[in-house]
Amino acid sequence: MAKELLSGNEAIARGAYEAGVTFASAYPGTPSTEILENIIKYKDVIYAQWGVNEKTAMEEALGASFTGARALVAMKHVGLNVAADPLFSASYIGATGALIIISADDPGLHSSQNEQDNRHYAIAAKIPVLEPADSQEAKDMVLEAVKISETYDTPVLIRMTTRTSHSRSAVEFGERQVPPTPEYKSDFFKRNLLPGNARRLHVLVEARQKKLAAFSDGFKYNTISKGKNRIGVVASGVSYQYGREVFPDAGFLKITMPYPFPVNLFREFAATVDKIYILEENDPIIETFARLAAPDKEIIGKDIFPLLGEMSQDVVLSSLGMKDLTPRFDCGTIPKRPPSLCAGCPHTALFYNLSLQKVNARGDIGCYTLGALPPLSAMDTCVDMGASITILLGIEKALAKANKTIKQVAVIGDSTFFHSGITGLIDIIYNKGQSTVVILDNSITAMTGHQENPGSGKTLMGDDAPRIDIVKLVRDGLGLEHTYEVDGYNVKAIKELLKREILRQEPSVIVVRRPCVLLYRKVKWSPMGVDISKCTSCKVCLRLGCPAISADADNKSQINKALCSGCGVCAQVCAFKAIAFVDEKGMHSNAITLESYMSGGQS
Amino acid sequence: MKTKSILICGVGGQGILTASDLLSDVLLLAGFQVKKSEVHGMSQRGGDVISTVRYGEEVFSPLPGLRETDYILAFEKLEALRNINYLSEKGIMLVNDFEWQPLPVAAGLEKYPQNIEPQLRKLAAEVVLIPATRLAIELGNEKASNVILIGLLASRMEIDRQLWLDVIGKKVPPRFIDLNLKAFATGFNFRP
Repeated sequence: MAKELLSGNEAIARGAYEAGVTFASAYPGTPSTEILENIIKYKDVIYAQWGVNEKTAMEEALGASFTGARALVAMKHVGLNVAADPLFSASYIGATGALIIISADDPGLHSSQNEQDNRHYAIAAKIPVLEPADSQEAKDMVLEAVKISETYDTPVLIRMTTRTSHSRSAVEFGERQVPPTPEYKSDFFKRNLLPGNARRLHVLVEARQKKLAAFSDGFKYNTISKGKNRIGVVASGVSYQYGREVFPDAGFLKITMPYPFPVNLFREFAATVDKIYILEENDPIIETFARLAAPDKEIIGKDIFPLLGEMSQDVVLSSLGMKDLTPRFDCGTIPKRPPSLCAGCPHTALFYNLSLQKVNARGDIGCYTLGALPPLSAMDTCVDMGASITILLGIEKALAKANKTIKQVAVIGDSTFFHSGITGLIDIIYNKGQSTVVILDNSITAMTGHQENPGSGKTLMGDDAPRIDIVKLVRDGLGLEHTYEVDGYNVKAIKELLKREILRQEPSVIVVRRPCVLLYRKVKWSPMGVDISKCTSCKVCLRLGCPAISADADNKSQINKALCSGCGVCAQVCAFKAIAFVDEKGMHSNAITLESYMSGGQS
Repeated sequence: MKTKSILICGVGGQGILTASDLLSDVLLLAGFQVKKSEVHGMSQRGGDVISTVRYGEEVFSPLPGLRETDYILAFEKLEALRNINYLSEKGIMLVNDFEWQPLPVAAGLEKYPQNIEPQLRKLAAEVVLIPATRLAIELGNEKASNVILIGLLASRMEIDRQLWLDVIGKKVPPRFIDLNLKAFATGFNFRP
């Protein structure tokens, strides 16, 4: 069979194919997004979709499992918070067809708001969790999870981390198993969680726990390898790899199923060594079980290894006092390279206006969170998906009680609005809030790499889909009278709308519309240029934070033609008309007409 | 053999992940065990990007340790300096002689360091600067700079040249193969 270098996420997708999965659902989120993007390679045999959020995605996978189909649902770690409600119910209900839940945790917060350890969810929901250490194991664990799920009638959680999801290693391919033919058979006592049924199901869950603990002791991926000395290392996930680098002579207990914990296997291993190091990312899950299982053993874990951040062989070595990580060169002395909104980003004009009007945005999760960074600096809260709107209302109501108001708006993207912004907006309308919600509709889920969503007109499988119009949804659906639409590149119109709506003593919504500039990368627009003779070095254009604009040696603005998308926003903010489109005929100093640009420039 | 490490760094959009994929495929074809790691997410928005490749008989960690990287291939000068701590004492620093201002510099808040090359030379056993971006523009496509840099790396590694050409032939879309083979040769034959 062929061997290929796959990322952990690609390997999960391959595993789903080989394991006979026929239903897959997810909401995109780094580092999990590529799982579903790769599953559609097999779309002739697997139905795959983006759910509007992780909760709907999980429930849809559970519904698929009711028919005996093998189902997989994938999300980033914080997505499981959203899907926690169906997770706990699914544990009681069990799995008719396999139900595989992939949680991609993000130790080190490469692109997340926290670094929670989702193995806690497996323990709380009383379901098994598997932790692959490389791509081959990621694929293998999907196959194992299907077996465990169907044998023990339980959902199975697979905990990936950023490093296992986004590193590549060789994977051997296998044949696809023939999946069962789906068929819906009613099972009232199993699937209707009326208290009377759920009480009986809880008994089964506890019995299942015992069986799974015994299974974990004999699970072939929980392995002991003998060492040359009396030091033992117990490790899970990618930490196992770091352990092998640091302790070449030690004995290893590699735990691929940390819960239910393989107590007997651990005791067997512990008896062969004098001292045990436990390596795991984030929280001391294995360590806690290990200390309970062998209270008299010398166990070294989170007392020296960090709870925070990613592990690595360097982190292990430095925790042991075996490596000095003091750098030879101090990187603090050179400029950082923070991510920024793209040149031509249709969010820039909004944040520029917010910044000028000194309005602080309640932020949300998406590219537009970058509006918090200098020079825009127009967002001082960002909590979780959808929280821009609800935090806004909470602040407004609490201040109102003391007869106070502040200038604030919520800023939320289209995909995040569909995910969990709609409910918050209903709260505002229902509770007679007076705040303004700005919805940045760029027609795509941009930050995670351009996934389709209910407003984009396409499905994950590439089919045409009804396009849900946010303006209609809010104005006609929720009946919000003050719903306005504005072009993301129209600086003046945004400015005036913001001014007016922030003062309004009624709730309002401003939908700022313009597709993500990266969707149009192949279209050749004429870039902007600076007329040096008119540039007064006032630096207003630099306040846009556009990566294409910089100051030259004489402090005049200059525009990088290769980066410039020709959005024209900088030309609108320049009071001296020093910026204009440039084409083969040279500079058009006869200013900008955005309308003519739009009718001619957009593909 | 001892596991070897290569770190590729630069700015999002420079073709770093494509380059590290190509490198990994060559090493796999050469019979090594290979592990590669990469950074996704926010880094696509003009942030710094790192990808690491480790290869040998049996490779465990996909990440190199500090002062343990054999080659650093930097697509941008400031990024070379940012990652210099990963380079081993005998390591080779291969750098695209190209400056890309980060936003704080473009916005006039900070200055782009002027003394990068001497600092690199002080800290690395060997530094090779190649004007890969300029050479790529001369070949007709700025995007080919990543393969020029891969060509330079290939000239310093003991891997059969044909394997590189085979992987380029297999991985690159047909209409870009010619350009990429030229780019590879440009880097491979480059003499500072």
